[in-house]
Amino acid sequence: MNFNATLIGQSITFVIFVWFCMKFVWPPIVNALDARRKQIADGLAMADRGRNELELASRKAGDHLRDAKAQAAEVIGQAEKRAAQIIEDAKQAAREEGDRQLAAAQGNIVQEANRAREALREQVAALAVAGAEKILRREVDAQTHADLLGQLKAEL
Amino acid sequence: MASDYASSGEYIKHHLQNLTYGKLPAGFERHDGDVLATTTWTFAHGANEVQAMGFWSINVDSMLFSIGLGALFLYFFYAAAKKATAGVPSGLQNFVEWVIEFIDNSVRGSFSHRNALVAPLALTVFMWVFLMNLMDLLPVDWVPYAAGMAGVPYLKIVPSTDPNVTFGLALSVFALVLYYSVKMKGAGGFFSELAFQPFPKFLFPVNLLLEGVGLIAKPISLSLRLFGNMYAGEMIFILIALMFGGGWVLGLFGGVLQWAWAVFHILIITLQAFIFMTLTIVYLDMAHAEHH
Repeated sequence: MNFNATLIGQSITFVIFVWFCMKFVWPPIVNALDARRKQIADGLAMADRGRNELELASRKAGDHLRDAKAQAAEVIGQAEKRAAQIIEDAKQAAREEGDRQLAAAQGNIVQEANRAREALREQVAALAVAGAEKILRREVDAQTHADLLGQLKAEL
Repeated sequence: MASDYASSGEYIKHHLQNLTYGKLPAGFERHDGDVLATTTWTFAHGANEVQAMGFWSINVDSMLFSIGLGALFLYFFYAAAKKATAGVPSGLQNFVEWVIEFIDNSVRGSFSHRNALVAPLALTVFMWVFLMNLMDLLPVDWVPYAAGMAGVPYLKIVPSTDPNVTFGLALSVFALVLYYSVKMKGAGGFFSELAFQPFPKFLFPVNLLLEGVGLIAKPISLSLRLFGNMYAGEMIFILIALMFGGGWVLGLFGGVLQWAWAVFHILIITLQAFIFMTLTIVYLDMAHAEHH
C-alpha cells in the first residue's frame, strides 16, 4: 500500500461532495417528501370528513323522508276521516230528506183520505137524506126530521 | 489481454498499479534504462518508480474516477432536487426519493441526536462508495485496454481498491468524529471518556491505552474493510480474466465464473457501501453520546 497525496485529494473531494449534497440535494427533496406527506395526510383527513358528512346527510335525508311519510299518512288519514264524515253527513241528510218527504207524502195521503172521506160523508149524507126524503116524502115532513138527519150526518 | 504479458504475474501486477503522477529525482533510472538528467514530473512505470515518487504524488486514475462518479451522483440527485415537487414525482425523482427515504430511515434508526450534517453525509457516503464499487463489475480488461491503446500505461478503474481513497474517506469521517466528540463533550469530557473508563481512575494509563486503540481502530477498520473487500473482489476478477488466455474451454469456464462472481459481487458492493454508511452514522452517534 503506497500512501500519497491522493489521500488528501480524496478527503477534499469528499468534503466538497458532502457540502454540496447537504446544501443543494438533501433539503429540497426532503422538503418535497414532507410536503407530500402533509398533502396526503390532509387528503385523507378531508376524505374522512367527507365520509362523515355524507353519513350525516344520508341520516338527515332518512329523517326527512320518514317525517314526510308520517305527514302524508296523517294527511291521508285526515282526508279519509273527512270523506267518511262527508259521506255520513250526506247519508244523514238524505235519510232526513227522505223521512221528511215520506212524512209529507203521508200527510198528503191522510189529508186526501180525509178530504175524500169528508166528501164521501157529505155525499152519503146527501144520499141518505135524499133516500130518507124520498121515503118520508110520503110519510113525514122533512122539516120535522131535520134534527134527526143532522145527528145522523155527524155520526157518519 | 492476459496473453499480451510475459507472465501471469506481470499481468496481475500491471492491473494492480495505479496511474501515478509524481516527481522523480535527477539520476533516477527509469524502467526502460534511461537515467534522468533533471528532476522530472511524470507518470510512474512500475512499482519502483511509484516508490521513488514518495508521498507527494497522486493517483490520477483514482482521482478522476472517484470525482467523476461522485459528480455523476450529485448531477442526477441535483437534477431531481431542482425539480422536486410534492405532486406526482417523475421517474428520476421517484428513484431519488426512494434512496433518500432509505438513507433517512437508516439515519433515524442509528442516530439519536439532532444534526443536519449526518443524513446528507450518509447519503454521499453510500452513493459514492456504491458507485465506486460498481466499477468493479466492468470486465477488468475493457477500460484499461482501451486506455492502453490511447497511450495511458496504467489504469485502475475501481477507486475503492485504492487504499488512498478508502483511507481518505475514513479519515474524513474520523475527523468529524473527533470534532463532534470535543464539541459535544468538551475537551475534558472527551479525555475523561478515554481515560477514566472502563477501569477505575487510578488505572488511567490502561484505560487510555484501551480506549485509544478502540478510537484509532475505527477509521482503520472502516477503510480497511472496504479496501480489503474490493481489492479481493478485483483480484478474483483478474484471476478469472487470466483464464481467457488459456484456450476456449478454459475461457468458457472463465466466462461462467466471471458471470457468477459478478452476480455475487453485486451483493458485496451494495453491502460494503451500506456497512460503510452505517458505521459512519454509528461512529458519529457515539461521538454525540455523553456515555457509552
